[in-house]
Amino acid sequence: MNVLGKTLGFSLGMILIFTLVANLLPQVEGEAPVEQKVDLGALTMESYIALGEALFSGKGTCTLCHNAMGRAPDLLVMNVGGAAEKHLEDERYKGKATNIEEYLHESMVDPGAFVVASFGKKGSNDTESPMPAVNKAPIELSEIEINAIIAFLQFKDGNDVTVELPTEAPPVEAAPAAGSAPAPAATAEDAIKKYGCQACHSMLGTESSVGPALDGIGSRQSAEQISLSITDPAAAIAEGFTPGVMPADFAEKMTVKELKMIIDLLLEQR
Amino acid sequence: MSFKRVSKLGRIRSFSAFFGTFLLTLLIIGVVIPGASIAADAGVSDTLEERISPMGRVHVEGDDSFEPAVEAEASEAEEVVPYQMKKPSRSDYPDVGVSSRAIVWVLAQLHLFFGALVLAIPLFVLVIELVGVSTGDERYDSMAQEFMKISLTGFSITAIIGGSLAIALFTLYPDLMAYMTHVFGAQMLVYASLFFFESFFLYTYYYGWNAMRYGNLKWLHLTLGLLLNAAGMTIMVMANSWATFMMAPSGVNEVGQVVGNIWEVMKGPLWNPINLHRFIANIAFGGAVVGAYAAFKFLSTRDPEERAHYDWMGYTSNFIAILSFLPLPFAGYWLMAEIYAYSQQMGITAMGGILAWLFIVQAVLIGTILLAANYYLWAGMSRTEGSERYKPLIKVIAFVLVTCFLVWVTPHTLILSATEIAALGGSHHHLLGPLGIMPAKNIAVNLMLIVTFLSFQLYRRSDKVATVSWAPFGNALMVAIYVVAVANVIFAGVYYGYFTNTVYKVGSSVMQVCSTLVVIVVGITLDAFLFKGAKTLPSYWGKVPDRAQYALFALPVAFTWLMGLMGYVRSSVKTHWHVYTVMKDNSPDNFIPTIGYAGNMITLVTVLFLVMVLFMFWIANLSATKQAKPVASVDGGAA
Repeated sequence: MNVLGKTLGFSLGMILIFTLVANLLPQVEGEAPVEQKVDLGALTMESYIALGEALFSGKGTCTLCHNAMGRAPDLLVMNVGGAAEKHLEDERYKGKATNIEEYLHESMVDPGAFVVASFGKKGSNDTESPMPAVNKAPIELSEIEINAIIAFLQFKDGNDVTVELPTEAPPVEAAPAAGSAPAPAATAEDAIKKYGCQACHSMLGTESSVGPALDGIGSRQSAEQISLSITDPAAAIAEGFTPGVMPADFAEKMTVKELKMIIDLLLEQR
Repeated sequence: MSFKRVSKLGRIRSFSAFFGTFLLTLLIIGVVIPGASIAADAGVSDTLEERISPMGRVHVEGDDSFEPAVEAEASEAEEVVPYQMKKPSRSDYPDVGVSSRAIVWVLAQLHLFFGALVLAIPLFVLVIELVGVSTGDERYDSMAQEFMKISLTGFSITAIIGGSLAIALFTLYPDLMAYMTHVFGAQMLVYASLFFFESFFLYTYYYGWNAMRYGNLKWLHLTLGLLLNAAGMTIMVMANSWATFMMAPSGVNEVGQVVGNIWEVMKGPLWNPINLHRFIANIAFGGAVVGAYAAFKFLSTRDPEERAHYDWMGYTSNFIAILSFLPLPFAGYWLMAEIYAYSQQMGITAMGGILAWLFIVQAVLIGTILLAANYYLWAGMSRTEGSERYKPLIKVIAFVLVTCFLVWVTPHTLILSATEIAALGGSHHHLLGPLGIMPAKNIAVNLMLIVTFLSFQLYRRSDKVATVSWAPFGNALMVAIYVVAVANVIFAGVYYGYFTNTVYKVGSSVMQVCSTLVVIVVGITLDAFLFKGAKTLPSYWGKVPDRAQYALFALPVAFTWLMGLMGYVRSSVKTHWHVYTVMKDNSPDNFIPTIGYAGNMITLVTVLFLVMVLFMFWIANLSATKQAKPVASVDGGAA
């Protein structure tokens, strides 16, 4: 055999060995999450919990970190409800939840509200969580899906499942039930929280890049301009931002007092 | 005759490189300029006046709405709709009957292989040429020129495959490419224009080699080489920014709108780690490929002088490949650390999720590279008489390499049946289980790197005897550094890896990496002083067993396959996103393929690369081939 034949044979032999090793290993395919239509009318608590379990290891990608490898608390072996109660009483807790269900919800959409000791981001002294907010990209769980996971976590430890089955209109998007209009906010901060301004705007110490930052807005805009931006967001769009993202129905939802409180607070941001 | 043949080949190469570059430029210009103008014109009405006079405004006779039109334009300008990223649905992806991802996969990986090769070779060619100038040894200069000759066709192949890749991307993934051209805009034009600079410097550098061989002209030639490398490196980092933007986008908001300038878009969290990783890996890869050329030439000839030349060339190539390869895992550590810092989810998908099995294959490949490189060095010791004193150590090094290799390939989690779990006493073996996790593998890989450097150091020392007075102290110091480094690697791995929590596990790898780097840096520095003016023992180039040359084939084959494997994981960590968290991949191929499928694809690309590299070598040899002039026979016919 000439040199070309020998060297080619040797090289191809090696390539085939590598290919063989790759094919001998367990073959796992990483499927993209598939949007599932849930028949809310036929949903039972059992199937809702099962959905939560599937989401926990599937679309939610929770098991990537919450496992026995020590990256994050191993939720499948610990009593999640019991741990949540302790965390709520912990002096480091800085969230707004008042019960286990709210705590679990908050820990998924705002994981930094409480970071379990030794599981924080490196160098943050457990003040920052490495966990992404599950309602945002890349996970993007809906409110129904988040609640399904909460139901699963409550159920697996034998705790009371306090999550209610979703109705046709998911809670977060639901219009207030007739005759039960939400109570007006007492303070400007409450009003900002009530209407979710901080979800899109950087303000009062929080950060978000979906909408224009409102830090220092008082030095740039008048009360009239701020009022117009809230009640008719399409009237003027800040450069580089998409029209139609900000809800256009605040004029219907807000009370006059709430609007005035928010404007006054924003005018103070200089 | 021979000169004419070279010129013709040169013209063919120049034309094909120009054609590829032209194709790529045309594509990018064709896409970027209309895209840019559409973006700039968004919201501006295309009125009759504007069509007549785009630079200003004219009043059309009979149209009395002139003034209001200006007001209307002003109000429209205020309502300029910002660029809206299209979210492609399944039907937006053209169906060409073959997996679009497979087409792009093959072309992108081939482009990357050749791109790596043609960026790396001029880099170490320049260094070798500089060594030739500083030592006055013309052999270095001739070898550097030969390396360039080998790679010249590679530039044309890179450009042609790059053009084909661009066509495939714009055809098969139109929405993604529309978004990418919107985000990067004019940067892509700069990228394309750099090809012209690179081509200019390449051809003047190569074809001007003999014309600028001595004196001040040599420095001009070196400058051309430097500019060639500058153009090449800039091209590489610009292209890297596209890949890293897709993995960890920066300079855009959550809905994909550009909110930063082009520098903010390019300088994402993974850009520099990828730049460094690819820069080092390219050199190792380039060294390995030209080493195979030298090995082939060595095996093909029986002429002692030629064998000596190609033995030396193969040794130099292996030296380049392995010296560049040694720090590569550390660049990899940095990249993975940045990936974890950017998104723990992405990091775990790569290292602990469904892609984790891939690292078993990686261990096999890197183990092959290290074993082959060590074997080549051990076999090469037969060239020198002074190597006998080091031969007993080879057995120790071989034992450490094989043991560490076995630890590295030990999997952590096995897919087992219930009976097997019962027989094993759990999902993990009580002895082998702990060897499957990262601390054990970190110990293994660091020890393999340390002993590989030891092989390298012993080889370098084998033809020398130190004559400095402090030689015993120097040797004792080197031994002490090895002992402390090995002890530190094992202690950090065992103590922090098994007896503390995860945060310290990761931190301990830094200690281990530092230990290994100290050995390499101190080893090179100490030997430089220790063997200054050393007595040189006889060394016989060409006196090396033929089987050693096969190690020089194992290196590029394993490197190529490894690069393909790492391309698979780099792309897969984005999961079902084109641009992570910004633009979803809704194509039929938006899943992570199995390691087996990926392995088959990598093999296909590696074989294609092998064939093309053979073609490249053949062309390089063709230029030096001279047909014998036909001799007229006595009966008037041709002999």
